[in-house]
Amino acid sequence: MSEDPIEVFLQPIQLDYDYTAGVSASRFLRAIEQGKLLGQRCPVDGRVYFPSRGSCPQHAVPFADDGAVELPDRGTIVTYSIVRVPSENIPLELPYITVQVLLDGADTVLMHVLDGDLDTVRMGLRVEAVWKPKEEWTTSLANILYFRPLDEPDADYDSYKEHI
Amino acid sequence: MAELTAVVGIGQTKYVSKRLDKSMPGLIREAAERALEDAGCTWNDIDAVIMGKAPDMFEGVMMPELFLNDAIGGAYKPMLRVHTAGSVGGSTGIVAASMVQSGIHERVLCVAYEKQSESNATWALSISLPFSLASVAGAGGYFAPLVRGYIRRSGAPEDTGIRVAVKDRQNALRNPLAHLQLKDISFEMVANSPMLWDPIRYLETCPSSDGACAMVMENEALAGKRSNKVAWIHATEMKSEPTMFSGRDQVMPQAILDNSKSLYKKAGITKPREEIDCAEIYVPFSWFEPMWMEGMRITDINQGWKMTYEGATALDGDFPVNMSGGVLSSNPIGASGLIRFAEAARQVRGIAGDHQVDGAKKALGHAYGGGSQYFSTWIVSSDKP
Ligand SMILES: [Zn+2]
Repeated sequence: MSEDPIEVFLQPIQLDYDYTAGVSASRFLRAIEQGKLLGQRCPVDGRVYFPSRGSCPQHAVPFADDGAVELPDRGTIVTYSIVRVPSENIPLELPYITVQVLLDGADTVLMHVLDGDLDTVRMGLRVEAVWKPKEEWTTSLANILYFRPLDEPDADYDSYKEHI
Repeated sequence: MAELTAVVGIGQTKYVSKRLDKSMPGLIREAAERALEDAGCTWNDIDAVIMGKAPDMFEGVMMPELFLNDAIGGAYKPMLRVHTAGSVGGSTGIVAASMVQSGIHERVLCVAYEKQSESNATWALSISLPFSLASVAGAGGYFAPLVRGYIRRSGAPEDTGIRVAVKDRQNALRNPLAHLQLKDISFEMVANSPMLWDPIRYLETCPSSDGACAMVMENEALAGKRSNKVAWIHATEMKSEPTMFSGRDQVMPQAILDNSKSLYKKAGITKPREEIDCAEIYVPFSWFEPMWMEGMRITDINQGWKMTYEGATALDGDFPVNMSGGVLSSNPIGASGLIRFAEAARQVRGIAGDHQVDGAKKALGHAYGGGSQYFSTWIVSSDKP
């Protein structure tokens, strides 16, 4: 048997998808194209899901059309990480801060990034969204460039701890 | 369960970063042949083959079970492929066991593998979904914020994760199959390793490994006739939950709490810490040892870090965890769960070599996957239930 190793070579592939957003996600995307953040209220427990979606993953019920809730672009950092590992898919300069933001009035967290000093990030930090210039808005959450700290006292741990 | 089932053969490859002398079929066949040899069986003795591996995106080979069928002796036999993300190795063992427990087959082979040298797992897990901002870098990027949440709510000392990493890497030195063999491992070495996904350091993470693991399982009529020790399966359990819903406890998911409760009920265990002799738990980042000690109800909520601190989870502690060195020392992702199950079985068969826990009679195997949303567990014992 040959002792030569089996060769390995890199063969990049590209996959293009057609994506049907569906009624609920389309409503969310049309809103964010206009700079509005739409959540959706669960008819069973009244909790607000952001981004809005078609049904509740916990109660298995469809969300009613009139359950849409517009949310402000500010909130609280629930938890975070400072990332120093590159990934080909992520066009951010290292190190960067990933955050889970609980928008005011929402009951689910949004994963995004924070622009700020590495030592200012903390759980409970109050933040607001910084948007791309209006002419660059598309149907994407990437219309928000990043979040930045607000000059406000930190949120009380008890007010967000159940979302970690 | 109808038919009592036992693990009678175990085969593993040596875990390494690049297995350049073997193709994917060659790699899994090596593990399968070793399991058959351990069981004293031939390919003809196998009634069905169950195969597991993690997401196809890792190697970019879609539905690998199609081209791997003959390499694992599946031709003209029932063959099933299992997939539940990182927990898939555990689920593969459970599906295989259920084939015998149900009375459908008398003897089955299960195999799980990953060839990370032919894959890019961080890329495959850093998904750019349409209409969103890609910011979560790999599994570490996903789990680091949850580890931070655990530290906050438990008040665990910041060096708990370092202690787990040192312990698992010391254990790996006793397991010749383990990938990472860091002879001069120390607290300082882990503490000074670069912070990758704060608060997770480089040496608190798992390596990327090539490897495969296989097991042969039999019903009582066959296994009961054997003169050597087998591992009797007392209970298996799988639970899952959605990745995201409002109020979801991402740090301590309901699914693992439900899983452990139900597993022990099936196994007739009321005091898990006393009745179980040792455990192989899926710990890809060091902090998940204390977290899953709580999830598996070995200790109370927010108290898991104390087990690490008191040395309870060390090889000579009262509840040894990851005697083999664990996922922190070898991580062929798709196989990692099955390795946990197999290592639990080796312990109760008394064949774990230098990382054997003296007199181990009952052991726990555990795997998790996805966004802490799939859990697979089992209890094996040297004695019949
Ligand atoms: Zn609901």
